[in-house]
Amino acid sequence: MGFQHELIVVGTSWGGLRALEVLLSTLPADFDRPIAVVQHRRPDSDDTLARVLQRHTKMRVREAEDKEPIVPGRVYIAPADYHLLVDDQSVALSTDPPVRFSRPSIDVLFESAADAFRHRLIGIVLTGRNHDGAIGLSRIKQRGGLTIVQDPASAESPEMPAGAIERACVDRVLALDRIGPFLGQLRQR
Amino acid sequence: MSRAAPASSSGTYRALKEKDTEVERVEVELLLEAIFRVYGFDFRSYAYASIKRRLWRRAQAEGVASFSALQERVLHDPTCMDRLMLDLSIQVTSMFRDPSFFLALRRKVVPSLRTYPFIRVWHAGCSSGEEVFSLAMLLKEEGLYARTRIYATDLNETVIKVAKNGIFPLSKMQEYTINYQRAGGLRSFSEYYTARYDGARFDPSLMENVLFSQHNLVTDGSFSEFHLILCRNVMIYFDRNLQNRVLDLFHSSLANFGFLALGRKENLRQTESEPKFIPFVAEEKIFRRADKK
Repeated sequence: MGFQHELIVVGTSWGGLRALEVLLSTLPADFDRPIAVVQHRRPDSDDTLARVLQRHTKMRVREAEDKEPIVPGRVYIAPADYHLLVDDQSVALSTDPPVRFSRPSIDVLFESAADAFRHRLIGIVLTGRNHDGAIGLSRIKQRGGLTIVQDPASAESPEMPAGAIERACVDRVLALDRIGPFLGQLRQR
Repeated sequence: MSRAAPASSSGTYRALKEKDTEVERVEVELLLEAIFRVYGFDFRSYAYASIKRRLWRRAQAEGVASFSALQERVLHDPTCMDRLMLDLSIQVTSMFRDPSFFLALRRKVVPSLRTYPFIRVWHAGCSSGEEVFSLAMLLKEEGLYARTRIYATDLNETVIKVAKNGIFPLSKMQEYTINYQRAGGLRSFSEYYTARYDGARFDPSLMENVLFSQHNLVTDGSFSEFHLILCRNVMIYFDRNLQNRVLDLFHSSLANFGFLALGRKENLRQTESEPKFIPFVAEEKIFRRADKK
């Protein structure tokens, strides 16, 4: 695949479960770029999110474990009450204090991934009720990555996508059901 | 206001971007090397992404704009190093974090511990002590505390002082009460503390058999043989090499079939240490030391 992007990071909060289901189920069947996801949820949540999302994709969906290598065909979900970060070729967890009231924090994932993957990264902000992710998405753009935001008009909660569009340099604003196909097309170029 | 992004970045621009992150990495490595050589604390094998965030937080708090500027301040101002030490070594924790883990400890590990006339526990990276108190309560309720000695260690002397005080924020008690109940607590959680101002002071008798001391997992060796070692969410800040070194240290500090408890999302898979430990309660990350060869 002549596809420069080696990792995709996704951030979402309110309405995120449905949005992630749509995103994963609209990817091409053979899509295998690793995806790291931060979905805000209660600190005592179990791994239900990963199990529900698994029904919508052939990729392997699991909560991330510390120092797990980043490999094709996998979706890494930030565990409840941990920050998820990306180092060169693996994920790392932290129990540092919440950032802007969030743990996991989208900004923390996005900033670390931007530094590790630079232009080989795609950042995606989906539905949500706060502004987490906007700063991280700016960092991705600054490091030469590709930035995509769900069209606020198609979002269950428009605040997070709108905040990202306002703050970051966004390459594409797409309706929710167009993001998967767009990622698929990138491979054809 | 949204701004239109340039369609694609030129090659030169891309080269610059890469240089940015590489220069930053060099700066971080030099800073950690300087800290090691001047102050003796070795953070060189910490996981890069998370230590970089902590260093950057300190740089911002000090009002400096780069890691190099932070290095200059740290080298010439020991009080800045003190502040940075706190940033680098405080682990945020809570009482009975992951109640299902403490329940497994109570139901599955305690029966084995009962068989020993004297029980030695090492709580490595105890930070401000929430988990030490949790463990002491659990052992007390199981009638084992009187013959237990808990060695609680941390890199940072300041947090050890906090742990010794045994005073935790009153605002946390609601959360801790729920955790305690879910962890199989046998009493009423409020029996363990008295409210003073906005702090909850825990029963000093919980600390009777706890020995707090400074211990550096990176540079210090083994100091006894233990039946149980807890080190939860401490090694997530280490890179794989350092994790392996510390796991070796734990292996050599455990009695035969002694227990090692890690954090909920830590694992030994694909590490050199994997064969040295046998999963005991796999989903709670409780392992047993494999037989001495």
